[in-house]
Formats: sequence, C-alpha cells, structure tokens
Amino acid sequence: MQKEGITVNEEQLLYSSSHEWVRLREDEGGKVATIGISAFAVQQLTDLVFMELPEVGRQIAAGEEFGEVESVKAVSPLYSPVDGEIIAVNSELPDRLETLGDDPYEKGWIMKVRLTDESSLARLMDYSAYQKQCSEEG
Amino acid sequence: MHPLAKTPLHDWHVDQGARMVDFAGWSMPVQYRSIVDEHLATRRAAGVFDISHMGRLRFDGPGSAALLDRVLTRRVSDLAPGCIRYSLVTDDQGGILDDVLVYHLQTPSDRLYHLMVVNASNRQKIVRWLETHLATADDVQMQDRTEQTAMISVQGPAAVQIVTALVSAKVSDLGYYRGVVTEQFGRPCTVSRTGYTGEDGFELIVRAEDAPGVWQNMFRASRGTGIMAAGLGARDTLRLEAGMPLYGHELSERIDPYQASLGFAVNLKDRSFPGRDALVRIKNEPQTLVRVGLELEGRRVARQHDRVLRDGQAVGQITSGTFSPMLRKPIAMAYVQPSVSDLEAPLTVDIRGRSHEARVVPLPFYKRPTGQ
Repeated sequence: MQKEGITVNEEQLLYSSSHEWVRLREDEGGKVATIGISAFAVQQLTDLVFMELPEVGRQIAAGEEFGEVESVKAVSPLYSPVDGEIIAVNSELPDRLETLGDDPYEKGWIMKVRLTDESSLARLMDYSAYQKQCSEEG
Repeated sequence: MHPLAKTPLHDWHVDQGARMVDFAGWSMPVQYRSIVDEHLATRRAAGVFDISHMGRLRFDGPGSAALLDRVLTRRVSDLAPGCIRYSLVTDDQGGILDDVLVYHLQTPSDRLYHLMVVNASNRQKIVRWLETHLATADDVQMQDRTEQTAMISVQGPAAVQIVTALVSAKVSDLGYYRGVVTEQFGRPCTVSRTGYTGEDGFELIVRAEDAPGVWQNMFRASRGTGIMAAGLGARDTLRLEAGMPLYGHELSERIDPYQASLGFAVNLKDRSFPGRDALVRIKNEPQTLVRVGLELEGRRVARQHDRVLRDGQAVGQITSGTFSPMLRKPIAMAYVQPSVSDLEAPLTVDIRGRSHEARVVPLPFYKRPTGQ
C-alpha cells in the first residue's frame, strides 16, 4: 500500500461539480492528481454494485468520462476533473466497493493522473465552495 | 408546474431522512437509508410501505358491478363480497391502459360497494375513461377517494404477526386476494391479503387523518420483529424479483395482455368491453413479442430501453432491470421476439455500447420458501 506521508484532510482537497475530489502532489515529472469520489457522492449513490476503472496509460481530458459506478437504482458516470495521462488505478476497488464509503479519501482513491495541462485546476472548487454545492443538492 | 401531492405520512418520511422523489406527481420516499437493506428486511421479516399515491376509486349503487364489467377485461359481477380480482383496463385496440385490483367489499353495516385500486401514474386517465362510461349509467356513483384515504402495505413473513396486533379482524384467516372492512383501534380500516413483493402480506386502507397513528402503532407494536420502513426503490426491486410487471415499464398502451403474459386476466367469452374484439383477433394471430426474464453475466445492470440482441441482430428491448439483492446478480425483464424466448436462450444486452451475455430464465426470479 502506497503511503504518501500525509494525513488526508478533505478540507485540503479540490472538488469538481460532478463530485470527484482531487489531491495534488509534485514529483520530479511534474504534478500528479489523485482522484476519487466524495463521501457526499457515495452517500447519495448508496447500494453500489459495480464499478468500472479506466485503462492505465490512457490520455484523458477534463470533463471526459473515465468510468462508472452503478448502484441498485442507477448508473453514474465518472468524469475526469483534470487533463493528463492515467498512470495508476486502484484495481482492488471494484471488488471492495464498500471502501468507497468507508474511506473515500484514502483507500478509496480511484486513479492517478499526471497532468499535461493545469488550466482545468482553476475550474475546481475548494472545500467550502463544494460544501455549499452539496448543501444545495442534499 | 403543479406542487407535488403529499401523502398523510409525508412528514414522517422527511423526519426519518428519507430521500424524496417525484413519482407520478407525488412526493414519495424512494429509500430511507439503503434499498438493499429495505429489500432484505422485507424478505426476512417485514417491510412497510406508504403506497398512498395509488389511486383508490369507490363505486356505490346497484349498477356498479355492471359498470365495471363494461370496462374491465375480467368479469367482476360474480365477485362475492370480500373477494378481490386482478384485471386490466384496455383501450379499443386492446392496448393496456392500466392494471388494477377490484375489491367487492361489505361494511360492518352490510353496505356493499366496489373499490378499484389503480396506478398513481394512470389515475387521472382512468377516472376520465370511467367517466365517459359512467355518463350512460345513472345507478352508479364513482368517488375518487385517493386524497381522503391512505394506503399502507405490510409485506414479509412477519406481516401476519404485525397486522394481527393492529386490527380487529382475524387476518391470519384471511385468504389470498380477500379483503375485509374492519377497525384499527376503533377507526375504520380495510385490510386485504394482497401485495406487490412476492411475499405474504397485507394492504391497509385507512382515513387520511388516521394514517400517522396507524403507522406509529404499527412500529410500536412490532418492536423486535425486524420491521423496517421501505421506499419505492425496494418496492421496485422486490416486484422485479417476483417477476411482476409495472405500468410504464412492462405495461403500456402499446403492449397487449398476451404479450405481457397476462392472458389469465382477460376473459373474452360472452363479454363486451373496450378492446374485446381487438383482443379476440390478437389472441388468434401469431404473437409478435413475449415478456421474458433475463439473468446477465457480470455485475453491470441492464436498464429500461437497453437493446437485446441475438447474433448481433436486435430482437428486443429491456423494460426493467436491477441488481437482485437475493440472487446477487443482475436481472431484467424484456420483450423479445418469440423465436428467442425459449428458456436458456443465449442473448446479449447492449448496455451503453457494450454487449453483455444474458440468458432467458423462468419468472419469477425469486420465489419465497414454501410454508411461509
């Protein structure tokens, strides 16, 4: 299990309007975004039965669909919040969907993307803006 | 846009944190916490559903049975008091306008009347349809009692115990598709042994103002039974496992009763009702579509309108699909061409652009253990 040496604090993540979260870190090759779905989104979905992950190596654009989560009631597409190349996916997740609800910001990460363009980051929300969106939807 | 109608139990649902949705113009709970938990509680103990959105039409007067006989695919004039019958309402082409339950009831003061329970989504349509037929009948009064009453469904192996503690009538003696006008704590209450889950169970009709009290009494009297409030989400997964059709999915004006495997609910002999002659013709022609049950490989769920294929050729369409909480696999109902409707027939379903293997299986998908 990869350890990043930081405690995940959901207040320090960025969020998309479609409920994906983004955690950024720098390495020698540039910026890498770890991406998952928020606790609010998982709570809204409930009764998850299936999840599809993207292929490692795929180039993805911000706003592009990269996978889906399916609940008893409905299917929800997942949208990439960033532009870049997918360098890792959490392949254990589809067999342990409960992790998405139990630990959405750490063990429930979905994919890592090496950014090729940072302009999409400006469209993401900080925690307080995202909380506001959730309270309006909830 | 019209404001959504609220059932007399609406505030309770909201207080419990239910997720409320617009269903046929009503604000209804789709789930309280988890559809799967509510589904399993119904199969193992009991689920309680607010189904007050269902339309309840009452017919009084000496001509009510004759009127109903003129609009229903099945005769109801031979229904003894206390009996209930499933029937269809069809249009002149034999298309299904609604599927309904007709009750013949007797009050404690021996007054006889008929009650028709219709789908919420079809209530206005059926009321208008009946009014055109009523115009010629002066010995029947129809009243839409939906908003003055509430309807509560108690389903599952513990339902007998729960309803026994609630009402005066000895409901353990009530046969399947039988109903009785009785009391719950001195207030009028109609109880029927009916449901839409594949479980043993009861449906209660009470006055709107009594509904919150009945609901509370039921939970109070049923501690330790495993009783759980369940929403429309679980109602849908339960009826789907039980292989029961739902209007707007398996049933519509473009589907005839034989395609829907509801031939048992059509009586053509010596009858006259809208669609009767069309149905005589349809019955004698080769069937064009058949309702089937499908089990899918993998975990992706087929949904309404997904295409069903055989060797790459479209042969049908999914009408309902879910992930079965009991079977733990995706199940669906579909209309397919008769040539591919045999049991075990290998088909594929196109789910958002990708094909998934499926096979025809018998309906219902789930049958409750005998002896319950």
